[in-house]
Amino acid sequence: MSYVPNTTEEQREMLRSISAKSIEDLLAPIPKAVRLKRPLNLPAAEPERDVRRTLTALAEQNADLDHFVSFLGAGSYEHYVPSAVPHLVKRSEFYTSYTPYQPEVSQGMLQATYEFQTMVCQITGMDVANASLYDGATAVVEAALLAVGPNGTGEVLVSRALDPQYRATLQTYAHARGFTLREVELEGGVTSLGALEKALGPETRAVVVQHPNFFGSLEDVRAIERIVHATRALFVVAITEPASLGALEPPGAYGADIVVAEGQSLGNAQGYGGPALGLFATREEFVRRLPGRLVGRTIDNRGQDGYVLTLQTREQHIRRERATSNICTNQALLAVAASVYLATLGKQGFAELSAQCLRRAHYAQRRICAIPGFAPLFNQPYFDEFVVKTPLPPAEINTALRDLGIVGGYDLSRDYPELGDALLFCVTETRTREEIETLAAALEEIVGGEHE
Amino acid sequence: MSSEKLIFEKGHPGRHTFVLPAMDVREEPLEALIPAEYVRAEAAPLPEVSEIEVVRHYTHLSQRNFGVDSGFYPLGSCTMKYNSKINEDMAALPGFARLHPLQDESMTQGAIQLLFELEGYLAEIAGMKRVTLQPAAGAHGEITGLMIIKAYHEQRGEGHRNVVLIPDGAHGTNPASATLANYTTVELKTDKRGGVDLASLEEVLKAHKGQIAALMMTNPNTLGLFDENIVEIAKRVHDEGGQLYYDGANANAILGIARPGDMGFDVVHFNLHKTCSTPHGGGGPGAGPIGVAEHLVPFLPGPLPAYNERDGYSWRDAGPLSIGRVRAFHGNFLILVRAYTYIRTYGPDGLRHVSDSAVLNANYLMRALQDVYDLPFDRTCMHEFVLSASRQKKLGVQALDIAKRLLDFGMYAPTVYFPLIVPEAMMIEPTETETRETLDEFIAVMRRIAREAAEEPEVIHEAPHDTVVGRLDQTRAARQPDLRWRPGADHNKTTREPATVS
Repeated sequence: MSYVPNTTEEQREMLRSISAKSIEDLLAPIPKAVRLKRPLNLPAAEPERDVRRTLTALAEQNADLDHFVSFLGAGSYEHYVPSAVPHLVKRSEFYTSYTPYQPEVSQGMLQATYEFQTMVCQITGMDVANASLYDGATAVVEAALLAVGPNGTGEVLVSRALDPQYRATLQTYAHARGFTLREVELEGGVTSLGALEKALGPETRAVVVQHPNFFGSLEDVRAIERIVHATRALFVVAITEPASLGALEPPGAYGADIVVAEGQSLGNAQGYGGPALGLFATREEFVRRLPGRLVGRTIDNRGQDGYVLTLQTREQHIRRERATSNICTNQALLAVAASVYLATLGKQGFAELSAQCLRRAHYAQRRICAIPGFAPLFNQPYFDEFVVKTPLPPAEINTALRDLGIVGGYDLSRDYPELGDALLFCVTETRTREEIETLAAALEEIVGGEHE
Repeated sequence: MSSEKLIFEKGHPGRHTFVLPAMDVREEPLEALIPAEYVRAEAAPLPEVSEIEVVRHYTHLSQRNFGVDSGFYPLGSCTMKYNSKINEDMAALPGFARLHPLQDESMTQGAIQLLFELEGYLAEIAGMKRVTLQPAAGAHGEITGLMIIKAYHEQRGEGHRNVVLIPDGAHGTNPASATLANYTTVELKTDKRGGVDLASLEEVLKAHKGQIAALMMTNPNTLGLFDENIVEIAKRVHDEGGQLYYDGANANAILGIARPGDMGFDVVHFNLHKTCSTPHGGGGPGAGPIGVAEHLVPFLPGPLPAYNERDGYSWRDAGPLSIGRVRAFHGNFLILVRAYTYIRTYGPDGLRHVSDSAVLNANYLMRALQDVYDLPFDRTCMHEFVLSASRQKKLGVQALDIAKRLLDFGMYAPTVYFPLIVPEAMMIEPTETETRETLDEFIAVMRRIAREAAEEPEVIHEAPHDTVVGRLDQTRAARQPDLRWRPGADHNKTTREPATVS
């Protein structure tokens, strides 16, 4: 199978027209010493029918969420994606285009991105948003980089309730860039205000708090804001579950300087974790320090509205080593999906979605914690995730659930050994009451022997 | 085509599309579940539109956008090849798309197997020992590779090495990534034949003796030329203790022909959205896996996929020397599924044919245009080449004007003003998936534009004529940033004369 259209005969004619004897002639600049003298050792080509079979066979070895009922969140969330979303995102004028360098023939993607930037502002309550970044974890990195500035020094504080993978990612970059990263301890499943106050110092450039945090708990964001802003540090709010923003006060309302988020929840496939959609929003005053692409509205030489990539002097292709960031792309197509999703849900639907997640999660939490041996680990308000102390090792419970067609909660023992046996459950609008009852019954069954 | 209103300017209060499932649990007020101060006081002011309005809006927007499926897209260095449809279908399979990244290994055997095998394929294509699939884009691969190089030097007690050498023709991400890794960049000059100037290299190596951390290079370079001295360059940099980083943006020229590992490179990144035909998506998502030579394997980010007969496929944590994670989860998995599909479709001979044909198509165009545009480096090119509009500039027509004029003919423009070392640069990459007729049509249009430059330059200055909008006022966009819609804001209405755009 090949998508090279020109026949051998045509290629021969083309070679003749440029006075070359063979393609080998054209490869002459490549020194013999570095030429590969054998074919690549790869599986032989397959026609489309067989490729489809190969891939389908691999896909069918996975326990996908069409066939399993999932209570797993922890940074990736199952939400129902209306059919309109994939249909529109698959318009090939969108997906086969590239970064809109020629705005006259890229108005569609540019306008969609301008609308995306607006919608990110609408849900976060911030002034400006960029055209998106790789994912939530690297968006946190970019927030830290903005905060430490061009010298890349100083200290960034992160709550220990920030997603462990985000903290790990930030640590990698902090080491390379040369700034210090310190964790703020927790108290009862949320960031300790006392510890935060103590940790803040003259070198602190930013404080990163996830809300709802990794345990699903709501942080005391207003108190944190007061503590952070008593210093010169920036208050960075990280969100892994933006579906929460329909029900919860937006970060713009409680004084966040930068909001970073993982936007997968908004109409994008979980896709085993990628591609993902990093969101980045901030206040007006940081607009010229924003990382990544930005679309702005302007007018053309005919007097019409139009859209362009703008403030590009921040970017690497002009600033090179002095750029604000090395990022030169965005997750444009996923941003379109998020926009279609938010437009489809609309003002009312987004609020309802959020309320449904919240209510269903609370129903599930009460139901699970009514089972002998299970109890809430923290006494904190939460959104659509919550932590439950378990009477058996979480891995054992999850294995038993798997055999019943259920994907259990996230086992916290690896990232938070101090918490003991605990599972982080997630319940979104996709879970019916019946499915929650099935989970509860399964848990009762699994631990039954323990409490008789 | 008239302009498309913003989605916020459509619809009607109270209108909405999507109906959520009926609530089957008690609908307590939110304030009964969480403290009232957390509850959103005012709903996010999202659009209020029906489904047909959403569908028509985005359909109209798509019609105002140009992709590879719309027409020829000779954007140099971006490898805008045809994106086969089977790739899209495979990535949409529920067994891939509907998978949670933290599901147990026992539930994701097929996914890990795919990643394990893809890693092997990419290592073979690049001549590297192992690959990490985590990086989300080329620039993300660059920073990951540089952090690996940094960790390697540190581990050898040579953490003081702080200089990264970058040719003056390099992609802008190279120096930006080096800065992010806390390196100082030093530029290498290009010689008369378009390669790295060996005398400049010698000088720089001497001036920064003991400080060289790495050389970042694209080969073929951004002029589309293969650097014939690569073995010598690699040797000199290695002799000075530096590592060689291969920017894989131009890998479409070398599949099955030459491998960066055999040229002496220690780290290689791939742009799967270029080389392996995963769609560019209007700017992303792509994927930028990197491969490393054996001595750098311990520094790779983790976890890495593993296989043994007893347990099947699993995730192995990275060792103690690993740089750590560079993102959440396992990389842009659904993009990696597409790249896997692509490689399985073509096989070894097919991939070789891809590069052969890409090189042929580029040379075919170059030879047919070099009499009407300046060709600054008159050598056999690889998969792309750079022309200069210097001759046209003397007639008052610039590379940008030519780019705009091309749009009138239903073609996208080349990359212009890059690389920076060629004045009025037009970087042209046809890719292997274009027919001879399309190439001939492009030649005819480019020749016609050259003629227009001499005979009726105003036609070019006013271009594009046939697009939904004309040239846009970039200065205004940057000086008065309008980056979002706000209700009631009459953004442009005050000074609404047509922009004078040069």
